Amino acid sequence: MTPITPLAITARTATTACGRGLASLRAALREGRSGLRANDFPGCDLATHIGRVDGLEDAALPAEFAEWDCRNNRLAWLALNQDGVFERVQVLREQHGATRVAIIVGTSTSSIGASEEAYQHLDGDQFPAELRRPIVHTPHSPGDFLQQATGLRGPSVTVATACSSSAKVFAQAARMIHAGLVDAALVGGVDTLCGSVLYGFNSLGLVSTRPCRPFDAARDGLSLGEAGGFAILERDGDGPRLLGYGESSDAHHMSSPHPEGLGARLSMQAALDRAGLTPDVVDYINLHGTATPKNDEIEAGAVAALFPSTTRASSTKGWTGHTLGAAGIVESVIALDAIDTGLMPATMNCDDPDPVCGPQVLREPMQGNVRHAMNNSFGFGGNNCSLLFGGAA
Amino acid sequence: MSSPNVMSPNFRLHIDGIATWASGLPDWPAMRAFARGEAELVDGTPRRPAPDLLPANERRRAPDTVLLALQVAQAACIDADADPKALPSIFASTHGDLAITDYMCATLAGSPTDLSPTKFHNSVHNAAAGYWTIGCGCHAATTAISAHRATLAQGLIEAALQLAAGASQVLLVAYDGPSTGPLGTMSQSEGLLGLGLVLSPHSATGNNLRLALQLGKGADDGNGSGRLETALSGNAMAPALKLLDAIATGRDCCLLPAGRDTVLKVGIGA
Repeated sequence: MTPITPLAITARTATTACGRGLASLRAALREGRSGLRANDFPGCDLATHIGRVDGLEDAALPAEFAEWDCRNNRLAWLALNQDGVFERVQVLREQHGATRVAIIVGTSTSSIGASEEAYQHLDGDQFPAELRRPIVHTPHSPGDFLQQATGLRGPSVTVATACSSSAKVFAQAARMIHAGLVDAALVGGVDTLCGSVLYGFNSLGLVSTRPCRPFDAARDGLSLGEAGGFAILERDGDGPRLLGYGESSDAHHMSSPHPEGLGARLSMQAALDRAGLTPDVVDYINLHGTATPKNDEIEAGAVAALFPSTTRASSTKGWTGHTLGAAGIVESVIALDAIDTGLMPATMNCDDPDPVCGPQVLREPMQGNVRHAMNNSFGFGGNNCSLLFGGAA
Repeated sequence: MSSPNVMSPNFRLHIDGIATWASGLPDWPAMRAFARGEAELVDGTPRRPAPDLLPANERRRAPDTVLLALQVAQAACIDADADPKALPSIFASTHGDLAITDYMCATLAGSPTDLSPTKFHNSVHNAAAGYWTIGCGCHAATTAISAHRATLAQGLIEAALQLAAGASQVLLVAYDGPSTGPLGTMSQSEGLLGLGLVLSPHSATGNNLRLALQLGKGADDGNGSGRLETALSGNAMAPALKLLDAIATGRDCCLLPAGRDTVLKVGIGA
């Protein structure tokens, strides 16, 4: 596999249960303050903990975007307007032209929450009048909304590979820039809590009643969360670098990972190969670490097999919950922040580590020099993506 | 046909293998013959395909769109004489499985705790990609995308990008299935329509059909008058019919919707 030319990440942001934008996320990570709470999602009485973003109910989109209004696009808009991302998009639109900047956005369920709501208020077999807006009932809802919101007219694609979606957006955008199709890309992911995922993961028996405990010996399932986040990829510019990406398939089971972690190993190795780097230079890995018994066992084993004991690794899902199609961007933003601030977060709620964990898995936060950071995102269908980031050139 | 204002490099690729499936036209030879006016819709064809990649019990439980996608994926690999295990793949669908989305929404509105775990894991947009890689034992990268009416065009572009990034051959599968229930008033789609293409930068099979892809500004020319488009345009993957009509009848190009004010000009040559 030939190494790729690194790309600059000139802006980034994440809005999660820890709050709006990078400052809130950083403060929560520094202070060890979880965003999870006992389930209070309207219309859902499951006994579980969720990572809910406050204020979406009152954050209707500006009137000119009314056709796209729904919880998921509200979160997209809220996230887009943090940390100078929207401003950078406007600069790029002027600099390169609207057709030369792509939008690649990941999601698992798009705005299916709006379709669920329509079915609760059907008028015969018709959707209620306020929800007769076809664009919010189809998977490309976030990609289409972002084109409307930004005025960008380059390729716009919604990637929906479950929980790896918004990691894979970096890979697709990198291919576009490397091939000369565009000069820059707005990448990201948005997923919101809805009945489909709350009851769906519950039906699979994958949800904990307690706040999730990644890599703890007694972990018993995930906590669901919602989040939106974005990054801007450019050929050159200030900021950390995307050095490599790796994508693989488990070829094992729709909702259970490969027993030997083969897919995870392949995606991590491919990210290293595309960066032209060896495992020993990776200082921090933000793990997928969902706190399901299987995922964590297999991921910890794969990390221990590939990386030396000097590599530190943690799951941050105890802060945000599993934000599904947004997990890739949120956790990439955390990995990028580790490079900039040196903070490698703890694995919250990992009180009694599973013996399968190698020395890599952090129980306490650590401060250090992070030259290279990786993010792992693994999804249903055995769909894996690993990203490798490095410091500013 | 006017040439759109160019806004991208020209990507050149070869079709090493092609397969299609639609109700009444259950393979590419039947579809090509229909497009050329040499045959009519075939009576008595199955309501849905039965790809032998899945064991019988899995086949019974799999959504129709998964069967459709696997059918054309497998047939395209056979046509290309390509090993599915080695191929990165792109699964492009406008709406995913509309029948499952209808089921999910209806169940959640009535008795949410009855939601079927199998239907839930089949509801992900990458369900077909997952079953495909599992069925073939394929560890290569696979993705699942949607770009509304531009889904096929963006799938072709992603295929070209993967080839430009070093892949020697990729599989592109584009498909949509029928809408059911109230959701059908918002996302309308009729029947099953699937297209599978095995693509490479240089012809791997001696098949001489070449594609040249170029994004441009402008609007596509709407529904054409091709026989396939006329007969099957109710399916959400109808842009595929424009491409298939052009290939079958020997036209040298077609315009596919590629996004707002954007078209993909697909040059077709021997």
